[in-house]
Amino acid sequence: MGMEPIGPQNTPVVPPGVPEIAPGHTYGSVTDKISAIVLTRGTRKGWWVGFLIAFALLMVMHYAIAMVLFIGVGLYGINIPVGWGFAIVNFVWWIGIGHAGTLISAFLLLMRQKWRTSINRFAEAMTIFAVSCAGVFPLMHMGRPWLFYWLLPYPDTMGVWPQFRSPLVWDVFAVSTYATVSVLFWFVGLIPDLATLRDQAKKRIAQFVYGFLSLGWRGSAIHWRRYEMASLLLAGLATPLVISVHTVVSFDFTIAIIPGWHSTIFPPYFVAGAIYSGFAMVLTLAIPLRSFYKLEDFVTMRHLDNMAKMLLATGLIVAYGYMMETFMAFYSGNPFDRYMIMNRMFGPYAPWYWLLITCNIAIPMTLLWSSKIRRNVKALFCISLVVQLGMWLERFIIVVTSLHRDFVPSSWGMFYPTAIDFLLFFGTIGLFFTLFYLFIRYLPMISIFEMRELVHKTAEE
Amino acid sequence: MRKHALYGLMAEFETADALLEAVRKAREAGYRRLDAYTPFPVEGLADALGFHTTRVPLIVLIGGLIGCFGGFFLQYYPNVIGYPLNIGGKPYDSWPSFIPITFELTILCAALSAVFGMLALNGFPTPYHPVFNAPRFELASQNRFFLLLEARDPKFDAEKTKQFLVELKAFEVSEVAT
Repeated sequence: MGMEPIGPQNTPVVPPGVPEIAPGHTYGSVTDKISAIVLTRGTRKGWWVGFLIAFALLMVMHYAIAMVLFIGVGLYGINIPVGWGFAIVNFVWWIGIGHAGTLISAFLLLMRQKWRTSINRFAEAMTIFAVSCAGVFPLMHMGRPWLFYWLLPYPDTMGVWPQFRSPLVWDVFAVSTYATVSVLFWFVGLIPDLATLRDQAKKRIAQFVYGFLSLGWRGSAIHWRRYEMASLLLAGLATPLVISVHTVVSFDFTIAIIPGWHSTIFPPYFVAGAIYSGFAMVLTLAIPLRSFYKLEDFVTMRHLDNMAKMLLATGLIVAYGYMMETFMAFYSGNPFDRYMIMNRMFGPYAPWYWLLITCNIAIPMTLLWSSKIRRNVKALFCISLVVQLGMWLERFIIVVTSLHRDFVPSSWGMFYPTAIDFLLFFGTIGLFFTLFYLFIRYLPMISIFEMRELVHKTAEE
Repeated sequence: MRKHALYGLMAEFETADALLEAVRKAREAGYRRLDAYTPFPVEGLADALGFHTTRVPLIVLIGGLIGCFGGFFLQYYPNVIGYPLNIGGKPYDSWPSFIPITFELTILCAALSAVFGMLALNGFPTPYHPVFNAPRFELASQNRFFLLLEARDPKFDAEKTKQFLVELKAFEVSEVAT
């Protein structure tokens, strides 16, 4: 807790009527409230329950990976014609979820949105963990994952280079750049908060670890100036990066000539879909977190309302994407495109297609217009889960229905996922939540220094 | 106990505005070796300290350019010079398909230079720094604002400077050992 301030109390106080933070907070109170979760409140029973469930699922992932390494990708449901099954579906799903975190921390910073302050830290953490989960799938889809480094350009004795004209190689660069920049951005944001934890910690080991990680941060005004400049530039770099990453992911599909993939609408529609699912995940995480750790003062109704509006906006873009896809299939006059759409809507995977439309469009796009529902925490939580299911189904439909019936009817087939497919998917959910539980226990889940800055600015106004 | 050499005098303030005012007065009084410590970035404080421009943007620009040209060359060299392969009749120098990787590497190198440039200019990691010897300095990362006047400043005089800081209505003035 540090020393109690002595002397006259003329510290700035948040006045009533600020939508982003509850009234009455001071520098000290926001600092103590957030750091106490890490330092003094200890490990709670609820944390253990959640962590152990997540950890058990992580072990399921290890089991699935071990099986795939030992026996091979034949354990997946993939075959010709559907050579891209759950692996790519899950990869795109997880990468998409990550995008909202970068968008909140980078794009909203550039737009000077005050409401990003209390959600950016855990949204960025979500990004990093989601990208970690995404990385599992291409790796475990490779056949011989131990040779993954063949994708990297290095002067090898084989005398060949990666195929730089292939979107799959672009993907390697895009995703690894994204992972690296997200980790850097997150760590830079953490430095001042790690210094706060170092200064508040009572235990020797905590002082040492947080002191080591805070690199000797002392809050010098000159350091702050460089720090803010670097953060601003990182935000400016991360914003186009996040758009490029999902564009490149969509290139994995569009550069191919498969009907249902070969479309110019994919990049923007993939980016919007990514942000859509990502904001849904932020809501899924924020709603239980704020009630479990009593953070309603910091993650207010305004935050939830704004995120719900983001869901609505990006969801409408996604709906436009579906509409255009269907329209172009007919307008282009291409019989294969037309067949693909008809097959999607009325073929063997039709129930999943209509479930996708229900989850992504019918439910959220009708309910989220109402401000009552946007401010109803339980409804919002359910909608966020529905959207994530919908976005998973969207990727499933794009991958499977496009591949399973292409140009030649003699090569048509069906895709049936296997147990290993599901185990690996649920396993990565375990990986995600294991990392997330560790994060909320050992690092400040809300940016403390930015909250103090928010107190300063709102008290001034 | 051995008497430590004096690193400077640290004054504690309760608000950002009080600190900003103190910094301005200290600069006016002729102090040049001073620093301010705050729990969050305070607008105008670096300028008040006489620190106007930072080289971070230049470093990022150079990093970005290296990433851009390096990234393009990385693809141009093997495809056109080192190991040209005819793939689907595409031209060797099919530069549009080299753009995504060029872009990603531009961002990567610029971001790495932003982070490591900022850390290097700030002198991090700093395992030891005298200001941590100041009493109550742990509050600099929580809710208090500190002004340091360094002993190596030509105008520094242990007694007079202390008096000067007290007159600035500092909440507390303390000596900082090296």
